[in-house]
Amino acid sequence: MPLETASETASTAAGKPPAVTSRTEARERAARNRKLTVYAARIGVLVAFLGLWEVCARTEVIDPFNFSQPSRIWDQIWQWITHGTAQGSLGEQIGYTLYEALTGWVIGVVGGVLLGIALGRIRFLADVFGPYIKVLNAIPRIVLAPIFLIWFGLGPASKVASAVVLVFFPVFFNAFQGAREVDRNLVANARILGADNRRVTLQVVIPAATTWIFTSLHVSFGFALIGAIVGEYIGATKGLGLLVAAAQGTFNAAGVYAAMTILAVVALLTEGLLTFAEKRLFRWKPADAGDGR
Amino acid sequence: MTDTPAIELTGATKRFRTPSGALHTAVRDLDLTVAQGEFVAVVGPTGCGKSTTLTLVSGLEEPTEGEVRVYGEPVRGIDPKVGFVFQQDAVFPWRTVLSNVMAGPRFRGVPAAEARERARDWLARVGLAAFEDRYPHQLSGGMRKRVALAQTFVNDPTILLMDEPFSALDVQTRALMSDQLLELWAGTGSSVVFVTHDLDEAIALADRVVVMTAGPATVKEIFPVDLPRPRTVEAVRLEPRFVELYREIWASLGEEVRITRERGAGRAA
Repeated sequence: MPLETASETASTAAGKPPAVTSRTEARERAARNRKLTVYAARIGVLVAFLGLWEVCARTEVIDPFNFSQPSRIWDQIWQWITHGTAQGSLGEQIGYTLYEALTGWVIGVVGGVLLGIALGRIRFLADVFGPYIKVLNAIPRIVLAPIFLIWFGLGPASKVASAVVLVFFPVFFNAFQGAREVDRNLVANARILGADNRRVTLQVVIPAATTWIFTSLHVSFGFALIGAIVGEYIGATKGLGLLVAAAQGTFNAAGVYAAMTILAVVALLTEGLLTFAEKRLFRWKPADAGDGR
Repeated sequence: MTDTPAIELTGATKRFRTPSGALHTAVRDLDLTVAQGEFVAVVGPTGCGKSTTLTLVSGLEEPTEGEVRVYGEPVRGIDPKVGFVFQQDAVFPWRTVLSNVMAGPRFRGVPAAEARERARDWLARVGLAAFEDRYPHQLSGGMRKRVALAQTFVNDPTILLMDEPFSALDVQTRALMSDQLLELWAGTGSSVVFVTHDLDEAIALADRVVVMTAGPATVKEIFPVDLPRPRTVEAVRLEPRFVELYREIWASLGEEVRITRERGAGRAA
């Protein structure tokens, strides 16, 4: 028996230092070079795209009034940063949109997870509410934004509401599916070990469903932003969506593109934060995604 | 009191409704008695309903007909005296090794400090004391199985149900695990029902070997194994009496395996 432990220890600690030979060195250098080449090519694609756009706009191959041009977009962003927008400082607009999107996202996620797990665990609830949820899901929910504007006014509440309805459903369906597809062996094992229903839900079903839920969190934050932006676009006093609407109203194509650029940066940053949180939470998972257990 | 059998199945029948709506009988009219402290191995053709028998005893499933008793009491729900080692990995992948072994006592309301102490004790006994901070995916299959054993034994079960626990392991690890199981079991005096399709393993471990018929399963024959204890799997295998028993039991089991295979072939054709 001790013998087996020793051999298994050896196989587990397989990370022994590699022998430094000229071949391994060459291979490492090749890997590094490849990485650099990929980065260089990425930057090249961006520069070529922006350059071509700029050149085409300046030589009037495309109409700069409709399609704008990178230098004007940059000027517009710079002007917003230094002098603020017509509705106040740029930071305030970003803050408003983020606040609405985040609030809507949190409410939608909490609601979706709670209801998803509850319906996934309790058969009776799933049978009763199942058809209604399907009907609600069938409505293209973005059309609810004008209704929310009527109900909740021009303030943040109407945007939060449209973010919530967009976020809730994907999260709900993933949590529901996650709670349904929990490995039956794990549940049986927990019950044999002495877990009651509440413990099975809290300590087996929810941890097992987190993988499913997290998949939906990534997508749904994008939805929350869409909800907030569309809400602001339809009618608001502050926010990036209003910036788009105002720029469009004054035929300022550069303004529309500038707001889009800022939105993309904001979305990428939050996405990065989410990935970071996910890595911390899923330390128990094997590194390669291909093999579940 | 000590004469009360640990497990008693009388006329137990279990039917399932298959997804296509047909009624499938997994176990039919099964009578089986396991004495206290006895090690019983159940062998039978694949898919005959051996595992279903275990779920009936554990209380995870109720019999459609007949009765299942544990220490003379009819089974109603999951009995805290029962431990179950599953065929597939059933350790919680999001818990560390130590936390996995602590799960049982914690679920049963034991304070954390005491649960940790008991878990550490069992981890030492299965030789995993140095791995308590690892996650299951960082362990080999054999080590995960030992975590499962510690997780089950830490609850001090007096009835131990094992559903082909070592079938996913390689041959050498399996022999080592069998010896370790005998060692752990020797100290507890618990009754064991060990389901397997490996006749070698069954004879090496058990006091009695139960041969099941082709599905729906019922008891076909029971063979007492009169090999002296303590046994080690590799040594007992070479004894002439072992070979004799093997031949005897295989004559009975082989027939059922053939029936199952012919049915499978008939379905495929």
